[in-house]
Amino acid sequence: MKFQLRAIVLAWLWLGLQLLALAAPAQEFQLANGMKVIVKEDHRAPTVAHMIWYRTGAMDEVNGTTGVAHALEHMMFKGTTHLKPGEFSRRVAALGGRENAFTSKDFTAYFQQIEKSRLADVMALEADRMANLIFDPDEFAQEIKVVMEERRLRTDDQPLAQVGEALSAAAFVAHPYHHPIVGWMNDLENMTVADARAWYERWYAPNNAVMVVAGDVDAEEVHQLAQKYFGAIPAKPLPARKPQEEPAQHGVRRVTVKAPAENPYVVLAFRAPRLTDVERDDDAHALSVLAAVLDGYDNARLNAALVRTGRVANSVGADYSGLSRGPALFTLDGVPAAGVSTEELERSLRAEVQRIADEGVSEAELQRVKTQLVASQIYKRDSIFGQAMEIGGFEMRGISPAQIDRVIDKLRAVTPQQVQAVARKYFNDDSLTVATLAPLPLSEKKPAAPSGALLR
Amino acid sequence: MKKLFLALVASAALIHPAWAALAIDSWTLANGARVLFVENHSIPMIDLNVDFDAGSRRDPPGKAGLAALTAAMLARGVDADSQPGGGGAPNTPAPPALTEAQISDAFADTAAERGGGSDAERASASLRSLSSAAERDAAVRLLARLLAQPSFPADLLERDKARTIAAIKEALTKPDAIASHAFWRLLYGSHPYGQEATVASVGAIGRDDLVRFHASHYVANRAVVSIIGDLSRAEADAIARQLTERLPQGAPLPELPPVPAAQRREERLPHPASQAHILIGMPAEVRGDPDFFALTVGNYILGGGGFVSRLTNEVREKRGLTYGVYSAFMPMAQKGPFQIGLQTKKESAEQARQVVSDTLAAFLRDGPTEAELRAAKDNLIGSFPLRIDNNRKILANIALIGFYNLPLDYLDTWTANIDKVGIADIRAAFARKVEQDRLATVVVGGEAPK
Repeated sequence: MKFQLRAIVLAWLWLGLQLLALAAPAQEFQLANGMKVIVKEDHRAPTVAHMIWYRTGAMDEVNGTTGVAHALEHMMFKGTTHLKPGEFSRRVAALGGRENAFTSKDFTAYFQQIEKSRLADVMALEADRMANLIFDPDEFAQEIKVVMEERRLRTDDQPLAQVGEALSAAAFVAHPYHHPIVGWMNDLENMTVADARAWYERWYAPNNAVMVVAGDVDAEEVHQLAQKYFGAIPAKPLPARKPQEEPAQHGVRRVTVKAPAENPYVVLAFRAPRLTDVERDDDAHALSVLAAVLDGYDNARLNAALVRTGRVANSVGADYSGLSRGPALFTLDGVPAAGVSTEELERSLRAEVQRIADEGVSEAELQRVKTQLVASQIYKRDSIFGQAMEIGGFEMRGISPAQIDRVIDKLRAVTPQQVQAVARKYFNDDSLTVATLAPLPLSEKKPAAPSGALLR
Repeated sequence: MKKLFLALVASAALIHPAWAALAIDSWTLANGARVLFVENHSIPMIDLNVDFDAGSRRDPPGKAGLAALTAAMLARGVDADSQPGGGGAPNTPAPPALTEAQISDAFADTAAERGGGSDAERASASLRSLSSAAERDAAVRLLARLLAQPSFPADLLERDKARTIAAIKEALTKPDAIASHAFWRLLYGSHPYGQEATVASVGAIGRDDLVRFHASHYVANRAVVSIIGDLSRAEADAIARQLTERLPQGAPLPELPPVPAAQRREERLPHPASQAHILIGMPAEVRGDPDFFALTVGNYILGGGGFVSRLTNEVREKRGLTYGVYSAFMPMAQKGPFQIGLQTKKESAEQARQVVSDTLAAFLRDGPTEAELRAAKDNLIGSFPLRIDNNRKILANIALIGFYNLPLDYLDTWTANIDKVGIADIRAAFARKVEQDRLATVVVGGEAPK
């Protein structure tokens, strides 16, 4: 015990010094057209992560054209006034780059990882497709088929993804978090190239975009390059976004999905506050710490009680992120052990939170969480891509990346009393949505209807 | 305090020089363990990995899954140390036995992140730790105990067997897992590469099996210890010793049977999923194969180069038939597979297969164009810095070099070797390795052929 405490104290001393002495902050610039540029210098290796984040995602879509944000992401590789379809990727590849893109509910991001001397080249390519994308109907017709295959691969044929889709649809009735990022299949089948073009023209503008660069660069040089390649692209007035606030929930919601699988699964989602003000939103910080107490490492509360000792589950988890443009959820989930029902696992998961509500958490338990939290700030410096992702993720949700370290400070300051308080406050029936997977044997699922019709 | 400050300043000044070769230091301990070390002080952390020849190819017949279970259960408990001091300060009492909870908490308290796992050839135990002496030493000491003195508690074995069996049963419902199992079975038959863990084989595993497997495979003379980070060579050496000094010497392991000859075969398995999953391939390449660079360049063009490959162009871009199609070589200690894979809605399965077959045939017949060759080299050479630009990536590279006995200058000469490859080399290498009429094909889901 004495040795352990000494170890912890030493770790804190060392870590504190490291954070003070060596972490280089990101630098921010803004172009006249509204595009923000954030640069994190890191000179360990001669490589760079270059990202363009657009503050538009699935939550900005409307019924009938769900999935268009993601479909447009696909179309961004299909030609500009300067490049043929597919040429973007060929050029990036020839530059020795690795690239991809991803769409979330909150944003759409595009990135390349390259040797540092190629940064200007990939900037030129991103600037070109921000301003000059073309929309060939034949290319769209092929690419929307690819998107449908993606939906089949990732959702239609994945029972847990289907449960997740059902959970969102039940937990959010008014807010557009209701619908899936890839879109409902029927919307994909009825999407037109004009829908994709309209999306691009509405949302893809420098004043709706943030460039994040991390790696072996000079911040001011990056600023100058951004000005050179993006400076001439005009800002666009952005449409007003309707808030579509999710109304308060006044009773538990339950939904079941039947799909071919072996093991049942259950996920519980509680409405939770999101992080808007780093200094004031103590509940959000306390919920982050609660999630770590429950599931921050392999002997955290849930795994220890429900998998290792209690043996009511094969796997369990807790998850919360306050970084969100829309309403946040705190989730608990698990796969029950053989002979255990999802109802019993649901009760066991909630009982673990109730135990914290009743009995609190120890200072030692919190210290363990915080030790790992602080260390992770050192470990994250091993990845420039990871750092770029973190910066972009904060920025998209309206929290300045300059606050990243301040969030860590706030998490370190969370007390046992605060953790107990949020465990009492946010885990009532009335703000709970439960989604359950009821496994079907492989042979019982009805064959799919011929393509063009829907059988769901 | 001043010393610490100066150390911080000094470490901040060391910048990894551009284009310089990675300096990999390598030596062998008296106990036979191989050590590979890259010194890098830019972040106060270390990453290390210990590999053993303890992967699933070493599973005894009828007990497939033993290697994986052994690796997973190292952290379920450790025995009390037999000797006083036990690797820590002398004249201290022998460290007691530890439960899985105590082990997990102890790693967490040093802020270390423990990892591990196993595949067909290796069992691995890894650690990410702060480089400060107290944390690092505590984490390494504990990892050394996991490797040398696992207690394999019987009740936890039952629990973990049950969880493993639940996972196997789940995998049997998933088209991608079903396809993969069938693929390896078609290619390798009764060879260890073709054996998969089943409900029966895992059910047959007892505690004695774990103890025996551990004793004969987690041995110093076959350990490969890879380390990168904020350490001196002397410190790295001390860590490698600590991790291996209590491991026994292992008797030579039985030689593996030869890989069966490739045979044209097809297996169709029903599944209600909306997509068919298709895998095509044959045993092809060993680690260290002289054809490696020609196959790497050629495969990039055929189906490894992502958005720019021939397969992606034909199956996805032109015809919209799939979200993902690829080709890959998986070199192993014995001939590992060449594999083409894709998923497509059931109704398109036959069309997609035909397109794949035609694309492969054209490539085998004519080889790549000069333009394709140039583009492949531009990417493979130009992206090389991305393979070695952080600890995790470098660690994976040196562990590979160490386990498969690749030359120490493997990374230094990689781009030059790529650059030497010509069209004739690619055609010849593919002719040696891939024969279209000896490929095995697995289709899970999909419609019956007309």
